Parts: sequence; structure tokens; C-alpha cells
Amino acid sequence: MPKATNADDTDPSDGIQIDLISGERMESMATMEKIRMILDGVHDGNIVILEEGLTPDEESKLIETTMAEINPDEFNGIEIETYPKSDSSDSSLLGRIMGSDGSEAKLTVIGPANQIETLHKDETLISALVSRN
Amino acid sequence: MGLFTELKDSISRATDRLFSEQEPKRIGIYGPPNAGKTTLANRIARDWTGDAIGTESHIPHETRRARRKENVEIERNGKTVTIDIVDTPGVTTKVDYEEFTDEMEEDDAIRRSREATEGVAEAMHWLREDVDGVIYVLDSAEDPITQVNTMLIGIIESRDLPVLIFANKIDLDDSSVKRIEDAFPQHKTVPLSAKEGENMDEVYANIAEYFG
Repeated sequence: MPKATNADDTDPSDGIQIDLISGERMESMATMEKIRMILDGVHDGNIVILEEGLTPDEESKLIETTMAEINPDEFNGIEIETYPKSDSSDSSLLGRIMGSDGSEAKLTVIGPANQIETLHKDETLISALVSRN
Repeated sequence: MGLFTELKDSISRATDRLFSEQEPKRIGIYGPPNAGKTTLANRIARDWTGDAIGTESHIPHETRRARRKENVEIERNGKTVTIDIVDTPGVTTKVDYEEFTDEMEEDDAIRRSREATEGVAEAMHWLREDVDGVIYVLDSAEDPITQVNTMLIGIIESRDLPVLIFANKIDLDDSSVKRIEDAFPQHKTVPLSAKEGENMDEVYANIAEYFG
């Protein structure tokens, strides 16, 4: 499987790398493979965007693993954003197409805590400020 | 009533008592840092056992280890529930030791942040493995729609754990219980001030009702 990141070929000072990861790519991965891929990207200073997000159990393990990797002056943790679950999700287009409430298919943005700041968030919009370290 | 029936009832009552004494429900007190979890845990423990559980502080991450107070018997409206209260560290996805350097020396701040990260991991582990129900505490003066709250409520729901949301700090001017009710309409929200002891009757009635 090709690597999600290609940091070797680019100079990090050029900008901020964004990895958009499809649901299809995540589908075949085990929980720890997903978490490792996300945190490796974030450690490199990348913004990771998951098309379909994580399950609650995977989110729980992501928090736990993130905590184990926090290191003063090196890594402060992650900023993560998804849309809040809405009661109206059943009637959303995505929900109707998928025949489910779509609760696990939620776009998720993850980045280094010291580089990403959420400016606004509601049920339909996430606005974030991403800065260089 | 025949001897056999009496004996059977007596054994059944003893078994029920034994079971309930051996297996009090473990109710985890969860929420973000500084929501007032330990103040609430202390209020409940003091009201029903006379003892406190932990130290309260305005500095985030004062609670860095999950602490359990066993066999807290709460009685309301003829319902009694015996619970173990598990006061957990505030959950977050980031910890920066520089948050604490205004309040303490750098070495202490670094140590506090390390312990805080261990505490969050411990809280998550308890949630996945060891609690039977959750009291989710929010500061009603703060915006409840945060990622940590959304994720944690989702995790609790995915485990089918009974959950009560406590809108704490209603004594503050900026408090809005409605904001919390609107954010999590699928769950019962109970307003209170753990610090001032406001609305504790309703708090205990709901604990007895939900976890009894």
C-alpha cells in the first residue's frame, strides 16, 4: 500500500501538508493501523482529513494513544473536529442514501494541537485556522 | 404460606441483598476539565457518607487519577441505589504544560501535565471497561458543543451506558442550561450547582431513578 504521506519529497517549510483519506482506504485497516496513520501524520505536522471518520471505540483509543505520546515541548496532542451528531441525521441525504443514520460517516479533521485552532463549529460547518509551527 | 415458599423467598431476598452488596453499580463522573466533577463527587460523598473524595481546584487537571468511593447509598422517593462513585480526570485531546506555568514552577507544570495525560488515558480505560453508568458533568457557563463532549457522549452511547447530563455551575451569571439541553436533547439534563448545593434534591432523585 502506498504511504499516505510523501514528506520526503517536499520541504515542510513550503507549507502545510493535508492528507485527505478516503473511507475506502480506511475500510480495510485495523483500528491501531488507522490510529498510527493519523498520529504519524500529525507528528509530522500534517492535517489529516478522514472522509468517514472513526467509530466511537476508535475515537476512544485515539484519545488514549494520543495521551501516551504527549511530550512537553515536542507534542501537545491533537485538535480533532467532526460535526456534532444531529437528530435530523436520519433525514439527511447521506443517511437516506446509505439507509442508516450515517452517524459513523462523518468528515473528521485532525491536526497538531499547536497548529490548528477551531474558529467556529456547528452542525453543518467547521471553520478552522491552520498555522505553521 | 408454606414452609417451602417462605424458605424460597428468604433465600431469594438474601441472594438479592448479597448480589446488590457485592455489586454496587459503578457510576463514572465524566466531563471536560474544570466542569466541577470533583466538587460534585465530594458533594455526593459528603451528603451520604460524610467523607470527601478528592481535592478541588480552579487549576485544570487537579484530578489526575480516577478515584472510587465505594458503597454510597442514595435514597430518594422510596428508591434506594447503592453506587460506587468513580471521579475521573477531565478528558481532553491535548495537554500543554505551559497552561500551568502561571500557577507553578516549570518542573511542577511538566510533572502535572505528564500525570494529566496518564489520567485521561486511565479515564478512557475505565469508560471502556469498568463503569456501569455515567454522570456527564458540564460547566453550564461554557459552550457545550465541543469535540471532546461530542466524542465522549458518542462513546458512552455506543456502549449503551445509562447517562445523565448534569448542567453544573448554575450559580454563575453566564449559565445556560437550555444550551446544554439543546446540544444533547437525547439525554436528560439536570441543572445544579455542586459548589453551592443548589438543586441537589433533583440530582439525587434522578440518580436513584436512573441508576436504581
